Amino acid sequence: MKLNIAGNIKEYPEGTTVEQLIAAEKVEMPLYVSVTVNDDFIQTADRQTHVLKDGDTVEFLYFMGGGR
Amino acid sequence: MAFSNEQLERYSRHIILKEIGVKGQKRLLNAKVLIIGAGGLGAPAAMYLAAAGVGTIGIADADVVDLSNLQRQVIHSTNDLGKPKVESARETMEAINPDVKVVTYHEFISSYNILNIIKDYDFILDGTDNFPAKFLINDACVMAKKPFCHAGIIRFRGQLMTYVPGAGPCYRCVFKNPPPKDAVPTCKQAGVIGAMAGVIGCLQALEAVKFITGAGELLTGKLLTYDALTNNFHTVKLPAHVADCPVCGDHPTITQLIDYEQAVCELKKD
Repeated sequence: MKLNIAGNIKEYPEGTTVEQLIAAEKVEMPLYVSVTVNDDFIQTADRQTHVLKDGDTVEFLYFMGGGR
Repeated sequence: MAFSNEQLERYSRHIILKEIGVKGQKRLLNAKVLIIGAGGLGAPAAMYLAAAGVGTIGIADADVVDLSNLQRQVIHSTNDLGKPKVESARETMEAINPDVKVVTYHEFISSYNILNIIKDYDFILDGTDNFPAKFLINDACVMAKKPFCHAGIIRFRGQLMTYVPGAGPCYRCVFKNPPPKDAVPTCKQAGVIGAMAGVIGCLQALEAVKFITGAGELLTGKLLTYDALTNNFHTVKLPAHVADCPVCGDHPTITQLIDYEQAVCELKKD
């Protein structure tokens, strides 16, 4: 299936969960990353059970604390 | 309020823009913007907002200018070392544009003073460098129904989003709670490319100008990220409303401001 990950179309096997995608995409510090699927937040507790579908748009939102 | 000849000339490149015009420039001259943090983000934002003729600019920062600041904090110069940042910032803004009234707050922002400081302003920019401050600004702006623009930068990346009361998600909708102390690196620990502060701080200034003049679309309900290494600007659409957000959701559980513990490395040195 095709997933839109932060604007890039990538191929992933059917049944891939958010948790598996996070690992495959080598997301740094995943506990401190917010995830949206099709513009909705996925709770951290739901990452293992949320199965992605063909055409889903997934975004990883990272903490950025700098500014001064 | 009629423009002087000097003002007509100074703001001519704004006035000629159909999205701003005379009406928009008058709005800017009557507007009050608060910038929290006179550092990497606050420096370019303050300079462009002063140049734009924002009538009142508040600037809050407890720190003094340090040599390590000058790689990115372009509102301060070598001659300002040791001077309170808010004073240095005031001098630069007043030198750019005498139309601007600068109000300085040489103090740390905390739960004790933030509501009293933000109450006088139309729009607030978060130019702070730590998560306790970012969450405090968010919660205070939600509670006081003040629009604000969050931004953060690290290494070669930056992000920003704009909260407008009742019009979209807040920072806490996206990021829930501050990460544990030292779990996510600060710029001091991880570094930041100086011009990134310029890019993102200027985008914050643009959000303020767009909010004041009504030009275009704000980054409300969106998080804009920029990666300088890949030249990638990316806008992430956010949910319009997060019902279970503890501060702006349907049943808020955070009803008082929280002073989270500051990362030790970012505590005031002097």
